[in-house]
Amino acid sequence: MTDNYEVRDVIDRETLSTVKSVGDTYKYGFSTDIETEYAPLGLNEDIVKLISKKNNEPMWMLDWRLKAFNRWKKLKQPDWALLKIPEIDFQDQYYYARPANMKEKPKSLDEVDPKLLETYSKLGIPLTEQKKLAGVIEEKHEDKSENRKVAVDAVFDSVSVGTTFKEELKSAGVIFCSISEAIKEYPDLVKKYLGSVVPISDNFFACLNAAVFSDGSFVYIPKGVRCPMELSTYFRINAENTGQFERTLIIADDNSYVSYLEGCTAPQRDESQLHAAVVELVILDDAEIKYSTVQNWFPGDENGVGGIYNFVTKRADCRGRNSKVMWTQVETGSAITWKYPSCVLKGDNSSGEFYSIAITNNMQQADTGTKMIHLGKNTNSRIVSKGISAGKAQNTYRGLVQIGGRSQNSRNFTQCDSLLIGNKCGAHTVPYIEVNNSSARAEHEATTSKVDEDQLFYCMQRGIGEEDAVALIVNGFCKEVLQALPMEFAMEAQKLVAISLEGSVG
Amino acid sequence: MLNIDDLKVSLEEEEKQIIKGLSLSIKPGEVHAIMGPNGSGKSTLSSVLAGKDGYIVDSGTVNFEGSDLLEAEVEERAALGIFMAFQYPIEIPGVGNMNFLRTALNSQRKTRGQEELNAADFLKLVRGIAKDLEISDEMMKRPINVGASGGEKKRNEILQMCLLEPRFVILDETDSGLDVDAMKLVSKGVNNFSSSSRSFLVITHYQRLLNYIVPDFVHIMVDGRIVKTGDKTLALHVEETGYKDFLQLGKGKH
Repeated sequence: MTDNYEVRDVIDRETLSTVKSVGDTYKYGFSTDIETEYAPLGLNEDIVKLISKKNNEPMWMLDWRLKAFNRWKKLKQPDWALLKIPEIDFQDQYYYARPANMKEKPKSLDEVDPKLLETYSKLGIPLTEQKKLAGVIEEKHEDKSENRKVAVDAVFDSVSVGTTFKEELKSAGVIFCSISEAIKEYPDLVKKYLGSVVPISDNFFACLNAAVFSDGSFVYIPKGVRCPMELSTYFRINAENTGQFERTLIIADDNSYVSYLEGCTAPQRDESQLHAAVVELVILDDAEIKYSTVQNWFPGDENGVGGIYNFVTKRADCRGRNSKVMWTQVETGSAITWKYPSCVLKGDNSSGEFYSIAITNNMQQADTGTKMIHLGKNTNSRIVSKGISAGKAQNTYRGLVQIGGRSQNSRNFTQCDSLLIGNKCGAHTVPYIEVNNSSARAEHEATTSKVDEDQLFYCMQRGIGEEDAVALIVNGFCKEVLQALPMEFAMEAQKLVAISLEGSVG
Repeated sequence: MLNIDDLKVSLEEEEKQIIKGLSLSIKPGEVHAIMGPNGSGKSTLSSVLAGKDGYIVDSGTVNFEGSDLLEAEVEERAALGIFMAFQYPIEIPGVGNMNFLRTALNSQRKTRGQEELNAADFLKLVRGIAKDLEISDEMMKRPINVGASGGEKKRNEILQMCLLEPRFVILDETDSGLDVDAMKLVSKGVNNFSSSSRSFLVITHYQRLLNYIVPDFVHIMVDGRIVKTGDKTLALHVEETGYKDFLQLGKGKH
């Protein structure tokens, strides 16, 4: 038996005991009592200017935002997804909120409000480097390889509160900082790449983001560098009635590699909150990016009150030859999810992979999937989607595979599996396949199944309680995707799978 | 150990009584075999003892070591020491055997207020049992019963039994789908596991399994009742003449 195998086994077991120990369904529902400074309610040109000013941005950035804002005013919210979206009043939102004592950005983590740090530690994010190290040792006890470090950027409402391991990364040539900082410190890189993957007017929500994004993360991996540690951003919405619009830009220069993790939570509130993020990945010759997300925004209560509306545009541009991208997402939160992390495979021999687990319970709705746009020769894409519906939830996989006329010998493999728990929920699969080159091959497999009574009985006859049995079966169903995640995230994800399905049987 | 008193059970979906007044008493260390033609209610009896959904107990009691078994949840019965080897073991894709076994064992230990077994002790224990049953490491790594042959599935059931150490074991048609070699291996596993404090209820259609797992009592079940009880020679009699002699006995009680 391999070591990895046994480690997995330990994780699975820990998952079950964690489920038992968690009393509350959404354990990140607390809010932090911290003085918050808001921009005035609503959205107009002055708000855009104010956000730009708060971030001390140069003129070119403000111009970019204003261009986006003027474009956005002419756009309509899309309605093609299989989602029932209550009308969103974009003038009844705050577009900027930051902890009051963050007027001056802290120079080191020592200057960060202890309440913020406390919040992150409550969320299991060891932000300080010391804590991080302690955390790493705890988590890695089964791993025989050398201890891996994870650098963290934490975004609280609209601002980044601190990035760890900055110095160590700098010595490797890696730039990892908040995007507001990058706009000031690395304007050439930002100017060159910002909006080059997701243009300003790409879609309604991306356009809104371009106008009002307040912060986010920026990563640049220089030529030939393998990023010495995993990079991670942690997003937290705390303030009420506030939208979060973060923007992430990652550039992997020639022959470089980075693995990037993203986690999200929000407090439990009756009012719905808007989240419209944009993530742009640029991958040059022979470079590779792995981007993993565990999204656990507040999903609303069992009657569908409250929760985050999650409208996200994520796209990877495989510009270089032999470039590679892998999206892995575990979507358990949000009242509404509208999200299609995509791969544009421009470079010859480039490849894109998409692994997804989307869980909807109670009244949650998700319309999620991917787009694989094959433009270069010999490009490869692979899609593995696992949708799980429980309660009265609706879960849709929507995916596009497009193989262009010049894309010789390109391949796609798509596998979409849906699992239903109970008989009031729904699962839908909407694949679009457009092939314009006769040398291409696209395969699509889809299954729909139910959590089987006989499987449950078998587990229970062996002494496993019903909820644990469901968690076990569902984690088995998701296994291929969970294995695509970095180890720490896989643990977190397995716990989430179990927690988000609590109360779904019986 | 187990006392079944005048048990009557119907199917939930249709109003049809399957078990029509069955009484049976099993003492520690005893091996009881229940034989009967198709549709006599043998499998319903094992399902009801294990607590499967879909049945209604119309009347009667089942007492297991002083507690009312019918009141307990399925997993509580398992923790009390009741184990059923399935006629058709269930496949669970993606869930590794090891993970499943460890979760099951520690769930039972927890329910009983015992400490959980650590990874090292657990592995040692499982590997020992697997070796005796000639189950390969490769097999142990696979998802539960997925892609396993009939014989492998049944050996897997016996492995689970040996690991969970129940005190009352129901073998539900364990011989079905087994060739002679596999049956010998499975029987050896069962015989090694038997002791003066453990009891078995062997449900079977054919006598051949009872050559290997020798019963103290043989009961003939017809139309939801036990119509005849004897020793192991009764099984041999059935093998020779079939169930026709007993069908009349079942009808006579209407």
